[in-house]
Amino acid sequence: MDNDNYLLRMVNIDKSFPGVQALKGVNLNVGYGEVHALVGENGAGKSTLMKCLIGIYSPNGGEIYFDGKKIENYTTAQALQMGISMIHQELSPILYRPIMENLWLGREPINKFGFVDHKQMYKQSLDVLKEIELDEDPRTLMANLTVAKMQMVEIAKAISYNAKLIIMDEPSSALTEHEEEQLFKIIRKLKESGTSVIYISHRLSEIISIADKVTVMRDGRDVGTENIENISLDQIITMMIGRTMDEMYPKLKVNIGEPILQVKNLSHRKYFKNVSFEVRRGEIFGIAGLIGAGRTEVIETIFGIRPKSEGEILINGKPVEINSPRDAIANRMGFLTEDRRATGIFSVLGVDVNMAIPNYDRFVTKFGFVNERAVSESCMKFVNEIQIKTPSLTQKIQNLSGGNQQKVLMARWLMTEPDILFLDEPTRGIDVGAKAEIYKLITMLAADGKCIVMVSSELPEILGMSDRIMVMHEGRVTAILDNGPDITQEVIMRYATGTENDFKEEYRGIYAKE
Amino acid sequence: MQKNKFSFQNIFEKYGIVFVLILMIVLMSIAKPSFRTMNNFLNILTQSSIYGILALGMTLVIISKGIDLSVGSILGLSAVIAASLGQSMTASNKYFPDMGELPIIIPVIAALLVGSLCGAINGGLIAFTGIPAFIATLGMTTIARGFAYIYTDGKPISTLTPAFKFIGQGKILGIPMPAVIYLIMIIITWVLLNNTRFGKRVYAVGGNINAAEVSGVNVKKMLFLIYTYMGLLAGISAVVSTGRMVSAQPGLAAGYELTAIASTTIGGTSHSGGIGTVWGAVVGALVLAVMRNGMTILGIHSYWQQIVEGLVIIIAVILDMRKNARKK
Repeated sequence: MDNDNYLLRMVNIDKSFPGVQALKGVNLNVGYGEVHALVGENGAGKSTLMKCLIGIYSPNGGEIYFDGKKIENYTTAQALQMGISMIHQELSPILYRPIMENLWLGREPINKFGFVDHKQMYKQSLDVLKEIELDEDPRTLMANLTVAKMQMVEIAKAISYNAKLIIMDEPSSALTEHEEEQLFKIIRKLKESGTSVIYISHRLSEIISIADKVTVMRDGRDVGTENIENISLDQIITMMIGRTMDEMYPKLKVNIGEPILQVKNLSHRKYFKNVSFEVRRGEIFGIAGLIGAGRTEVIETIFGIRPKSEGEILINGKPVEINSPRDAIANRMGFLTEDRRATGIFSVLGVDVNMAIPNYDRFVTKFGFVNERAVSESCMKFVNEIQIKTPSLTQKIQNLSGGNQQKVLMARWLMTEPDILFLDEPTRGIDVGAKAEIYKLITMLAADGKCIVMVSSELPEILGMSDRIMVMHEGRVTAILDNGPDITQEVIMRYATGTENDFKEEYRGIYAKE
Repeated sequence: MQKNKFSFQNIFEKYGIVFVLILMIVLMSIAKPSFRTMNNFLNILTQSSIYGILALGMTLVIISKGIDLSVGSILGLSAVIAASLGQSMTASNKYFPDMGELPIIIPVIAALLVGSLCGAINGGLIAFTGIPAFIATLGMTTIARGFAYIYTDGKPISTLTPAFKFIGQGKILGIPMPAVIYLIMIIITWVLLNNTRFGKRVYAVGGNINAAEVSGVNVKKMLFLIYTYMGLLAGISAVVSTGRMVSAQPGLAAGYELTAIASTTIGGTSHSGGIGTVWGAVVGALVLAVMRNGMTILGIHSYWQQIVEGLVIIIAVILDMRKNARKK
């Protein structure tokens, strides 16, 4: 194809990180004045691709053409100069400085004496803010703005660089409906003036209404680009998730018993509202949804990590008051956290300490010392039982593979002998073999009569493991489904993207208000 | 357009420390007539000038989310070098026995150069090796102090030229020279921080270093310059300090870095970066000076003064954090 037809052509982009090939020969073509949606499941490679484009990463292979010229080896600052701007999902304002200093950071207007020209800065800021119809004094501190307005400032900043291409990563996730309308208005205005926009969003309905074209990514590849009028929502969803189910899920037939954990109308000030469900003995209860749907926050709230604003938690029919993880553990709960590095392992400590850390109370002798031998014996039992590959018990956990680290953490919670086990993304970032072993372990635990509550972003995992599936969208439960042959990834995706019903319109503002 | 809300609470939050300073002055003036003499006020200003100048630089450093522990030592090293170049012909123990009296500009420039150089090394280490500012400047603390002792062989250098003495003890229009120099540096630093690109970027680096980087700010260069400026101010303080005592000894100004950090902190500069003002550092330095002066006049033992000072620093920061937390 001819370079001249496109503002941006990314050809055969490869990017690998140690142990992971994040992008495999990805192509992306964006025309002049085009709004191009980029969609895909979490981890499909959208962000990595954009980071390659704006110069945060440099790709291992492939070529990038921008405005007819081949570009390579540039910094983000140079990308800005060329006219590529990105509005990051995590906003990056200088909070305690005025709007105008944020807008002109790095290129502050100066007068002939070399001093910053505040008047000029103020005037230029007014102009830019007027362009996006943001009614704020440029001297207002960023910290005093709502998230939505901070985002508008970021957009204003991108416009002020005379960007030819603006990348918006989940721009609407923090916006109310009205603000979203305003955003769309700005996008249309940008389009008219010939600026192109790459629009990344999980909200597929939104994409249908604003984008000209859509490129779908899956597993680090682009699986296709279509004109928006030629494709339906269902087709996009199928493209996003269309992988085959593996023989990975050794689900055992378990007799489901009486309800153990009951959650009634649980709400959090900010993240979710009116969540009710129950989990029964021997049951694996999957919670599905997109990032930001509030899944992790629900189980963190049950476990006492976050304060609930309303609602009731019952264990074995009795109401319990859980205000901290200590309370939760006392009520025989365990929690495998999502981010192994940040909230799971003690990386420089040994396998034994990592395993025993919530359990030392039971290894204390009557003189108040820790009975090291009992600790070792107990740890050894788990190492053998669930086949943790480690040269010794004192090996630093950071030297183990991701899968074995995860097993150590599982063992940590098994040692507390929980009745209820929360697993947040239990197989994130571990290889296929280790995944299968973890699944086997989870199944065995269920068969042993424990309640398992599993949050996962991987639909095959949810479908392969769960007895019942709760789907969340933007802080609301959109469905609780009995797993069966008629429950497909498409079904879950529809509930997760809020396209199945109209909960969405009603509660979309939930994040914007603190 | 939103109007800036004008309420007593806002004013008190923003300028609370000024009210504290005024309150202290009023109470002291009532309690002790000897406090409210012109002489005593000039005395307070002079006393606060040396660590006050350091606090100006420390404000930039802390706004950029850094710390500089080495300023006391840098001051000491700059001071002994300046003193050795500023001895009068009548000195009994001349550091350079065969050298005549040099014009005052030479020891002054020497002090500023030595200070800037030490600061530049700090900044270079922090910017280009990536070691934490705490570590880099901790190392510089003992290194600079060591050089000061080696340079002097542990002995004080005294009997300086009258010009040197004038810098420390002279007056212009009745205002002591140290206060005059302090005033000039306040103005320069204020303009630097508020009216130059450099100043804007100091806030950006401390407020959100990643945002600064992607906005095209040369973060490494910024860090280098910030610590160099801090070193330069330590050199200026060294000149003032040497002039006041008309001598310098290698152990000079030990612990001044803590007083400078305390002044800056009391003045509302946040150690989490991105927040701070020059006037805050000035008021903070004055609060400490008034407190010390007042307690001495009241006859409170210096041991107890230290305890009160510590409490004031902690309380100031607790109040400050509450203020910032409420905004969220």
